[in-house]
Amino acid sequence: MSGYVLLEDGTRLDGDVCAARRPVTGEVVFNTAMSGYQEAVTDPSYAGQILIFTAPHVGNYGVSAEAMESDRVHARAAIMRAAVNQEDAPCAERGWLDWLEDCDVPAITGVDTRALVRHIRDRGAMRGGVFPDSVPEAEARALIDAEPPMAGRDLAREVTPGEAIVLEPLGAGPAPGVGPRIVAIDTGIKTSIVTNLRKRGAVVELHPCSATAEELLARDADAYFLANGPGDPAALDHIVGTVRELVGKRPVFGICLGHQLLCRAVGLETFKLPFGHRGSNHPVKDLTTGRIEITSQNHGFAVLGPDGARTMDTDDPVRWDTDFGAAELTHLNLYDRTVEGLTLLDVPGSTVQYHPEAGPGPHDALYLFDRFLEAIRAAA
Amino acid sequence: MLLGSGPIVIGQAAEFDYSGTQACKVLREEGYEIVLVNSNPATIMTDPEFADATYVEPLLPGPVAQVIEKERPDALLPTLGGGTALNLARILHEDGTLERHGVELIGADYDAIARAEDRDLFRETMHGAGLRVPRSAIATTLAEAEAARDDIGLPVIVRPAFTLGGWGGGVATTPAQFREVVSRGLAASPIGQVLLDESVLGWGEFELEVMRDRNDNVVIVCSIENLDPMGVHTGDSVCVAPQQTLSDRQYQRLRDQAIAAIRAVGVETGGSNVQFAVNPATDEIVVIEMNPRVSRSSALASKATGFPIAKIAARLAVGYALEEIDNDITRRTPASFEPAIDYTVVKWPRFAFEKFPGIDPELTTHMKSVGEAMAIGRTFQQAFAKALRSRELDAPARLEGLGLDELLDRASTAGPDRFDIVLEALRRGADREDLHARTSIDPWFLRELAELAADPEAPFAGTRTYKAVDTCAAEFEAQTPYFYSSWERSGASEVRRGENPSVVILGAGPNRIGQGIEFDYCCVHAAMEVRASGREAVMVNCNPETVSTDYDTSDRLYFEPLTLEDVLGVLEVERPEGVIVTFGGQTPLKLAAALAEAGAPLLGTSVESIDLAEDRGRFSGLLAQLGLQAPPYATAHGIDEALARAPEVGFPLLVRPSYVLGGRAMEIVYDLDGLADYLFRHAAANGDGKAIFLDRFLENAIEVDVDALCDGERAYVGGVMQHVEEAGIHSGDSACVLPPHSLGEEMLAALHEQTRAIALGLGVVGLLNVQYAVHGDRLYVIEANPRASRTVPFVSKATGVPLAKLACRIMLGAKIDELDLPPESRPLGHVSVKEAVLPFDRFAGTDPLMGPEMRSTGEVMGVAPDFPAAFAKAQAAAGAQLPATGTVFITVTDTDKPAASTVAAQFHDLGFRVVATSGTAQAISRMGVPVTTLNKLGEGSPHVVDWIENGDVDMVINTPVGTGARVDGYEIRSAAVARGIPCITTLSGGIAAARAIAAARHGDPEVLSLQEIHARVDGVGAPA
Repeated sequence: MSGYVLLEDGTRLDGDVCAARRPVTGEVVFNTAMSGYQEAVTDPSYAGQILIFTAPHVGNYGVSAEAMESDRVHARAAIMRAAVNQEDAPCAERGWLDWLEDCDVPAITGVDTRALVRHIRDRGAMRGGVFPDSVPEAEARALIDAEPPMAGRDLAREVTPGEAIVLEPLGAGPAPGVGPRIVAIDTGIKTSIVTNLRKRGAVVELHPCSATAEELLARDADAYFLANGPGDPAALDHIVGTVRELVGKRPVFGICLGHQLLCRAVGLETFKLPFGHRGSNHPVKDLTTGRIEITSQNHGFAVLGPDGARTMDTDDPVRWDTDFGAAELTHLNLYDRTVEGLTLLDVPGSTVQYHPEAGPGPHDALYLFDRFLEAIRAAA
Repeated sequence: MLLGSGPIVIGQAAEFDYSGTQACKVLREEGYEIVLVNSNPATIMTDPEFADATYVEPLLPGPVAQVIEKERPDALLPTLGGGTALNLARILHEDGTLERHGVELIGADYDAIARAEDRDLFRETMHGAGLRVPRSAIATTLAEAEAARDDIGLPVIVRPAFTLGGWGGGVATTPAQFREVVSRGLAASPIGQVLLDESVLGWGEFELEVMRDRNDNVVIVCSIENLDPMGVHTGDSVCVAPQQTLSDRQYQRLRDQAIAAIRAVGVETGGSNVQFAVNPATDEIVVIEMNPRVSRSSALASKATGFPIAKIAARLAVGYALEEIDNDITRRTPASFEPAIDYTVVKWPRFAFEKFPGIDPELTTHMKSVGEAMAIGRTFQQAFAKALRSRELDAPARLEGLGLDELLDRASTAGPDRFDIVLEALRRGADREDLHARTSIDPWFLRELAELAADPEAPFAGTRTYKAVDTCAAEFEAQTPYFYSSWERSGASEVRRGENPSVVILGAGPNRIGQGIEFDYCCVHAAMEVRASGREAVMVNCNPETVSTDYDTSDRLYFEPLTLEDVLGVLEVERPEGVIVTFGGQTPLKLAAALAEAGAPLLGTSVESIDLAEDRGRFSGLLAQLGLQAPPYATAHGIDEALARAPEVGFPLLVRPSYVLGGRAMEIVYDLDGLADYLFRHAAANGDGKAIFLDRFLENAIEVDVDALCDGERAYVGGVMQHVEEAGIHSGDSACVLPPHSLGEEMLAALHEQTRAIALGLGVVGLLNVQYAVHGDRLYVIEANPRASRTVPFVSKATGVPLAKLACRIMLGAKIDELDLPPESRPLGHVSVKEAVLPFDRFAGTDPLMGPEMRSTGEVMGVAPDFPAAFAKAQAAAGAQLPATGTVFITVTDTDKPAASTVAAQFHDLGFRVVATSGTAQAISRMGVPVTTLNKLGEGSPHVVDWIENGDVDMVINTPVGTGARVDGYEIRSAAVARGIPCITTLSGGIAAARAIAAARHGDPEVLSLQEIHARVDGVGAPA
C-alpha cells in the first residue's frame, strides 16, 4: 500500500506503508547504525520519535526475545529504504514486519531515506509523520501540527514503571544481599543497562520517576543510577530536584538522559542538538586514559561545557564550577566535540552521554560499568 | 623503503598498486624520502614521480638487499605489498640484512608477522586470546598428516603455509583426495608445511577490516559477508558489504573477536583483516585466518566505504594516531571512527576458465579468479544486478538447455556460474528451502535473489539519481565526491558539478587476461593530465582493485558498470567537454560508436579511424594504398567458406573468430585437417555465419611492437620492442626487449617509417600500437590499434617518456611540436626486458604452453646495461630464476632440431649437463655436444618426468608439437611447473636464457633506479 512521509516543513517522500497501517506523527530522527533495529525501536529513549534507519536493509535477521531493550516498541514508527520480514532467518523468532504489526507500529519502506536524512541534517530534526495514501496531505499536515515539539517535552512519565521493581544479580554473582544495591530512577531504562549492572553482582531497583528523594533515600542504596530516557531534560525539573537531593549521599552514575539530569541537578545547562547523535560509530575519547572508544549513541540534547560552550576546542579535561564543587570533562565526542561525559570531583558522581551498555552497538565502553562498581566499593 | 607485490598473479593483483601508491603519496606529503622496489612496470607506484628512488628490480632477497645497501633506508614498511612484501621482509630480517644496515621494520614487526602467518603460532595466539579456531593439526610429512586426519575427521581443509591466496591448498573429503591434496600442499609451501583444518564447510563466512594505532585504539572499517558460504576462497566468492545477515549481537561478538585477534597477534599499527566462520544455527564462531597487512579485502573495504585504509595504515606506521588523521571525505571528523554506510556493495570475482581448457572450474579454497568487479547500489538487488553487468563476460552462462533438476544439481557445487544458475533456478520457481539445503546460501540472499530473478528490472524502477559515498550515512556533509547511481522514487542527484569543464575517462573494468592493470595505468595518467590542464577529471570504472577507483585520482569518481546505459547516465549529469574511450582497453572502445552516436564528445582518434583500423577489409585497403605489406588473409563466414578459402591464403594459418580479446580461441593450424578440427571445436564461436579470420602465419618470424603518438599531422615513435619468442606466441605472453637487440638499422628505419605512415593514414590523434612481423628481410604489418596498448607503461618506464600523458595532452588539443619530446632514436644506455607471468602453477591440468591465445596475468620488467643481464633479471622477477649451473633437459620438434644443437652447445659451454630424449639427443650429439639420452614417457622408468620429479633437472627447454594433444610435452611441462623449474617453450627463449646465465657469472648486475636511468638518457630528465 502506498504511503508517504511528511515533515512539518512540507517535505514529502513517498514509499510503501507496511506493518500497522495507520497515520502516525512524532519527531523524525535518523540512526546510522548498520544493525540492531529491534534494539533501537524497543529503546524507550525513542518514545515520541519516528526513526529513520539509514541502513537500507532492515529486518534481515527477523526479531528475537533476546534483542528486546524493554517490554515493547517505543519508537512511533520506522522509515526504511528496503524493509523485509525474513521470518525464516536462522535465529528469527518472528518476522520484523509481522512483529511491528503485532505491536501496532506503523512503518514505511521504499523511501529515499538518504534524501530525507540529508534534509534533516541540513534543517534539523523536526516533526513529521507517516501516512497511508488514504490520508490526504492537508489532514496529515494538521496531525503534524497537533504534535507537540520535542523541546520542553516530558516523556519520561510515559515510559516509567508504575511501581518499583527489584532485580537480583545475574549469573555467578555474589550471594543475595552481598552485592551492592543500586537504586535507579527509571526514566525508560534499557534492559542492557540493567543486565550489565546485574551481571556485575548488583541488585538493581527500578523506581518510578515520580519517586521522591525521601522515598529513594529510604532504600539505603549503595549507589544511585540515573537512566536513559526520552524527551527534553529541561522539562524534567521534578526529577532534577529529586536527583539534587541524592548527590553527595552515595556514588551516582548517569547514562544519556541520566547524564543530563545529573548535570542539571548540579547546576549545569543542557541544549538541543540540531539533529542529535544516533548510531553506533561515534568516536569518544576518554580523557582520563587517552583511549578512543567507538560508541552507541542516542540523544537529541547535550550538556553545555564550561562558560556555556557547545563544543570543546581542546582535548584537555576542562572543569566546570557546579553547585557541588568542581566537575571535570572525562569524555569528548570527536565528531562534533560536544560533552560526552564528566565526573564530579568533590562528590562521588560521574556520567556519560552515550551508551556504554551498547544494545545495539560496540562494546568498547563496557569498562564504565566496572568503574561504577569500583566507585561503589570505594565508597562503601 | 616500500616493497610492492610484483607481477599481477592470481591472489595478488592491482590492489597492491592501489595501496602502495596511496602510501607513497602520504609518506611524501609527510616529508619522507621514499625508496620503492617493485618489478611490475605496469603499476602507478613505479612511476618515477611517486618515489625518490624507484627500483624496478626482482622482489627477491638479493636485489632488495642490494638496494638497501645502496640507498640505506631508515625503515622498511612491508605491509602494503601483499604476501610478497611481507615474506620478503621476513627473509631480510632472518638473514640479518635489516639489522646489518640498521633498517627498522615498521607497520608490523617480525614476531607479529610470524604469529599471523605461521599456522601453529597463529592457533596458539588465538587460543591465548580465548578465541576458537577450527580443530586442526600441522604436518610436514604425509604420514603426520594421515595420523592427524583421524582426530579431525573428514572433510578436511588443507592449507600450505606461506603461500599466496591459499595456493596449493584444497578440501579433501575422501582418504584418496586427502593424500593427493596434502602432497600438493607440502610441495607448494616454501617451508614444507601444511595446516589441516576441521571443515566448517557451509558456515557463513565473514571478514572484518581492522585498524589499530600506536595508542591501541582499534576500529573496524568494514564488515564483508560472502554469499558463498565457507569452502570457496574469499577471493572467488561473491561478497556483500556491509554484512547483512548477522544480528547486532552476533556482529558485535565478531567485532570483539577481531579486536582481540589484532591485539593478540600484535599488529601495532596499521590494518589487518580477520576472517571468521559463523554457524548461523548455533552461533558458533571460529577464527579462520588473519592477514597482518593490507590485503585484497582492504582494497575492497576502502572502495566500499571511502575509508582509505592504505593511506591511513602508512600514516599510522610512521607514528600517527587515528585521531590525529582527518577523514578526507568529511574533512571535519577524525579517522578514529567506523564508517556507517547507507548503501550496499557487491563484489563479483571475474574468472577466466575459458582460457584454460581442461581444468576443473569448481571453486575451492584455492583461488582461481583473475579479477573482480564491484558495484554500489542503494539496495542489494541494485548492487547485485550492477555487479552482474560489470563482469563483462565474453559470453553469458549458457543455461537454456538445462532442466530445473540439472540446474539444482549444478548449484550444489560452487562454480564460476553458480549465481547465474541460482538466479535461473529461482526464475523457474525453484524452492528456496531446497536451494538453501543444497548451497547453504543464507535465506536472506536467496529471497533477494528470487525477487531479482522474478523481475530483473524491478530494482531499477523510478529515477536514476547519483548519491555520494561519504563514510557517515549522510550524517555530515561529504567533501570528496565519490558517487554511485541509485534508483529512487524521485529525487535529485547529489553531484555538484561546478562550472569547470570536465573530461570523462572510461576505465577498463575488471582485470582479466588480455586486459590488465596496464589500462588502468593509462586511465590514471589521463586523469593526471586532464587535471594538469585545468579541467576536472571524471573517472568511471567498476574495478575496486585499482588506482583509478581511488577517489583521490580524479575530481569526481563514479563507481559504475561500463555499459552504454550506465555511462550515458554519467554523461547526462557531467555534460563533459570530452570523453576518453581509448585508454581503458576494449571495454570503453566497444562503446565508442554508440557513445558517438548518442552525441558524446569523444576525444582523440575518431570512431571512423577506429573502424578503419579494426575493419580488416578497410585496413588492408589502407595498407595497400600506403604500399605496406601484410600477410595474406581471408575473412570467411561459416565453416564451409573457411575451408574453401584457406588454401588461397596458404598454410600455416592463424585462425580466430572475429571478436577476440587477448587472442581468445586463436590457434595456428598447419593443414586443412587441422583447420577442420579447429572449426569443429569452436563451432559455437564460428557458427551462424559469424566472421572467421584466416591469416597466413609467418613461421619463425620476429614479432615487433611499436607504440607511437600522433596528433593527426605528425607522429612520434615512442618505443620499438622486439619479441624474444618468435611470432605465434601472443604478444601479451611474449618477452620483449627495448631497444630491439637484433634488428638492423634499415629495419628499424622501416619500422619508424611505416608506423608514421599508418598513424597518419588512420588519422590517429593520441596513441597507436602497431604489431609487425619481420620475416627474413621483409616487414609485414600484422595489426594496428589506435588506442592505449598493453606496452605503454613498459615503454614509458624504459624510455622516461610518459606516453599516456602525452597522448592525453594531444587529445586535449596539443600538437606534437609543442610537447618538447626527446629525439626518437636516442641511445638509452640500458636495455629493458618485459616478461610475462603465467598462471599455470595455479591451474593443475592445463598445459603450460604459450600460443596465440594470451594466458598471462601480469608482467615484470628487468633493466640492465645489456640484454642478457636484463633478461636474467626479468626471468628472476617472473619467478623463474635461471639456474647458475646444473642439468638442462632439451626436447624439441623436428623442425627445431637443427637449432637445438646450438642451444645445447651453449649450455654445454656454460658447464651444464645436457640431457635429451632420443630424437633431440641424436641431433645434438651429431654436432659433437655431449648429451645423455633419457627415456620418453612410454619407454619405461626412469623416464624424463621421473627425472624432473626427482629434482635431477634444473631447467627445461621444450618446444611444443601442436596443441591440445596429451603428448609427452604436456607431462614434461606440467612436471616442471609443479617443481618450479624454469620451462622455456621456444628456442629463442632458450638462447636468451643461456646468454643470461653467462652474464650472471660476472656477478650481480648493478641496481639502478628509474630516476638514475632516466637522468642518464641523453637530453632527458625524469618525466614530468
